[in-house]
Amino acid sequence: MSLMSLGIVRGFVWQIAGTIIGIVFAVAMRLMMGMSPWATEPVWVVAILFGSMGFLIGVGSMTDWFKWMVGIDTPMRHGPPKGKPAWTRYFGVDYNHKVIGIQYTITAIFMLAVGGAFAIIFRTELARSGLQFLNPGQYNTFIGMHGWAAIFAIFIGIGGMANYLVPLMIGAEDMAFPRLNAFAFWINIPAIVWLLASLYHGWDAGWTLYPLLSTRGEPGFQFVFLSVFLLGFSSILGSLNLIATMLMMRPKGMSLFRMPIFCWGVMGASIIQLTATQFIAQSFLMLSFERTLGMPFFNPDGGGSPLLFQHLFWFYSHPAVYVWVLPGLGVISEILPVFARKPLFGYRWIALSSIAIALVGFLVWGHHMFTSGYANSLRAPFMLATLLVAVPTGVKFFSWLGTLWGGKLTFPTPMLFALGAISVFLLGGLSGPPLALVGSDLFLHDSYFVIGHFHATIFGGFVFPFLAALYFWYPKVTGRMYNETLGKLHFWIMTPAFWMMSVGQMSVGVMGMRRRIADYDPMLGGMTSSGLSAVEIGQTVVTISAFLIAFSILLMIYNLLNSAEVGALAGNNPWRSRSPEWQIPSPAPEHSYATPIRVVGEPYDYGLPGSTYVTMATAGDD
Amino acid sequence: MSSATTTAEAYRTQLRMNRMGLWLFFVSEVFLFGGLLATRFYLWGNTRPELDQSIGLIVTSVLLLSSLSMNLSEKGLEHNNRRLFLGGLVFTFVFGLVFLVGVMVFEWGLFPAFYEGHLTPGENVYGAVVFAMTGMHALHVITGLAFIAIVWNLGRKGSYSPERHWGVESCAIYWHFVDVVWIFFYPALYLIGHVAH
Ligand SMILES: [Cu+2]
Repeated sequence: MSLMSLGIVRGFVWQIAGTIIGIVFAVAMRLMMGMSPWATEPVWVVAILFGSMGFLIGVGSMTDWFKWMVGIDTPMRHGPPKGKPAWTRYFGVDYNHKVIGIQYTITAIFMLAVGGAFAIIFRTELARSGLQFLNPGQYNTFIGMHGWAAIFAIFIGIGGMANYLVPLMIGAEDMAFPRLNAFAFWINIPAIVWLLASLYHGWDAGWTLYPLLSTRGEPGFQFVFLSVFLLGFSSILGSLNLIATMLMMRPKGMSLFRMPIFCWGVMGASIIQLTATQFIAQSFLMLSFERTLGMPFFNPDGGGSPLLFQHLFWFYSHPAVYVWVLPGLGVISEILPVFARKPLFGYRWIALSSIAIALVGFLVWGHHMFTSGYANSLRAPFMLATLLVAVPTGVKFFSWLGTLWGGKLTFPTPMLFALGAISVFLLGGLSGPPLALVGSDLFLHDSYFVIGHFHATIFGGFVFPFLAALYFWYPKVTGRMYNETLGKLHFWIMTPAFWMMSVGQMSVGVMGMRRRIADYDPMLGGMTSSGLSAVEIGQTVVTISAFLIAFSILLMIYNLLNSAEVGALAGNNPWRSRSPEWQIPSPAPEHSYATPIRVVGEPYDYGLPGSTYVTMATAGDD
Repeated sequence: MSSATTTAEAYRTQLRMNRMGLWLFFVSEVFLFGGLLATRFYLWGNTRPELDQSIGLIVTSVLLLSSLSMNLSEKGLEHNNRRLFLGGLVFTFVFGLVFLVGVMVFEWGLFPAFYEGHLTPGENVYGAVVFAMTGMHALHVITGLAFIAIVWNLGRKGSYSPERHWGVESCAIYWHFVDVVWIFFYPALYLIGHVAH
């Protein structure tokens, strides 16, 4: 078997070829228009576009569509590619949602490691005041890279969970548009390549990329703009597919209010992704054009407004946070009833709260701009709207408590991570109001308090639930059980470490540590008897915690890889779940459901005698 | 149950799904164009640049005509009138091209030797927004033209029937959508507000 028969290798070769063709094309165009042949930025913009296109063609994600254009029908392919080992299907275009879900998940774990590595580097630098081994430009590039690599990891991780689980949970054969599904995944790969390539030139405006900082400086910015644009494209197409799947492909008897609750989280997230993503795509495109063609959207010199960028950016980027947490909160609601052996408390309320959070999320973006100098009259409405989000979020917390209350609880690793997620999300939630209230935000804005709050929200809403989901559905995906001892060890290292990290970040923030600055005043918080200042102790605690979290994640990766070989066979339904995906063999066969399923009861009636959720249709049924 | 009815049923299911997908795509696009409109009102407020009113009126009329011919083409196919179907597509393509050339040559001044435009993208916020809005719309027109060309070619080969023509239907809806966007863009660019000097 030759290397070139792997789709991803072909994709990279085509990407390189496309990039070279793009460079040649751009230089030729410049010469024709009487300009100097070389200008780094405009040439690279063209090269990035050509290179990305090259990858998508080379990997084979558009082959079927090209055939349709000339009238050739392409039947659906099933199963691993013929004449090649089965594992190769994960490295090329495959239309099966379970394969695509795993492709997403592995890519997400990879990006999580990349994002974490950047954090570890600059966290080490921050352990002491003064500059140790990074210069300010590198530091700023690294914090931005940490931000975007982690955001990539989150979006791709959401894609992984949603693609693998949603069709299985609603008993569908596959997603509504399998080719589009594969295409949406593969866009992420050139996007990741360009994001990593941005390191070469560097970019030092932080992840929010505010102009005017981002409209001047290194060409690295262009790589980030276009890379995020591609990620957004993937996001829009993926969410379109998920919404269509959930609306059109549910089986008989599964009304919207009888869907597994995770699907509601995905629905809320997808509504945001489908619509708001256009705003960030557009704002980054405008930044790119402002740099390349000098179009002064944001530069006051030409009549533009830097505040416009902040409006466009946050109109997306606030709701984006709900894209990250809604599926995660869905995972928590999915796991708790299984290990409490009790019905989910207030199903309808949780379902609707996901949609409510998504919709209210569109009205709160201005809370990121209290200090931006926009009209004072905007502050109060944005503050009140923000506080309103606490209501549907509170609904979820009370429902989780109600579910746990009086349950016969057991604590395997997924349950631990679900409970850990609740604790961490609570920390994120409680540290939110000081930032939502104008009075306190004016002091805390741009301090490390924001970092602490944000990480608690995202770890509680995405990272912990994602890890819970990895452990919970691992036996579904592989048919084997992970090592429970290592799993528990992972949890008991990571959770206290995370609390130390987050509370540490908030503390140094209150002492006066600012975001995005490589160095800090060593006397912040005053001297202690240990010979270190309060802020340095805080920073050191945060750094040590970061290393502990990284170590625990490596432990998990080892556990998951190793157990796929040596883990005990898990059986079809090790958690005694009622959800449809556990009623079929593990690992799930190529065609998940041999016969259509039918929903005859409520999804979460655990412990109620005689209640059934799904039945498999038998040959005699209609 | 014969296999013919199963395939007909499968086709209907797929058709419903495709329609849902296309409309979700439009929902998404509304936010893209909405964001551009928001940008225009944020940056220009109650002013607008001095654009060539006759060019604006001509290209807008031509684009509306193209929606009409697209509609006739689709009706032609539904009544199995091949001539009307293919001819309507050709007319739509030509009208679309006239719109595109009108905007690019006479508004943008793409060939200054032939016709000088009134604005450049980099000169100020008026040029920037005009080029952003018309540029993003033009990108969709170009995509639509490519779509029409593909459908025309497949239609010529007889790929569509009055009963089964999702390709034609989606192309027509897409084209109408692009027209509707322009109906919002035209007043925002050419009519609303007083001319800034
Ligand atoms: Cu926010």
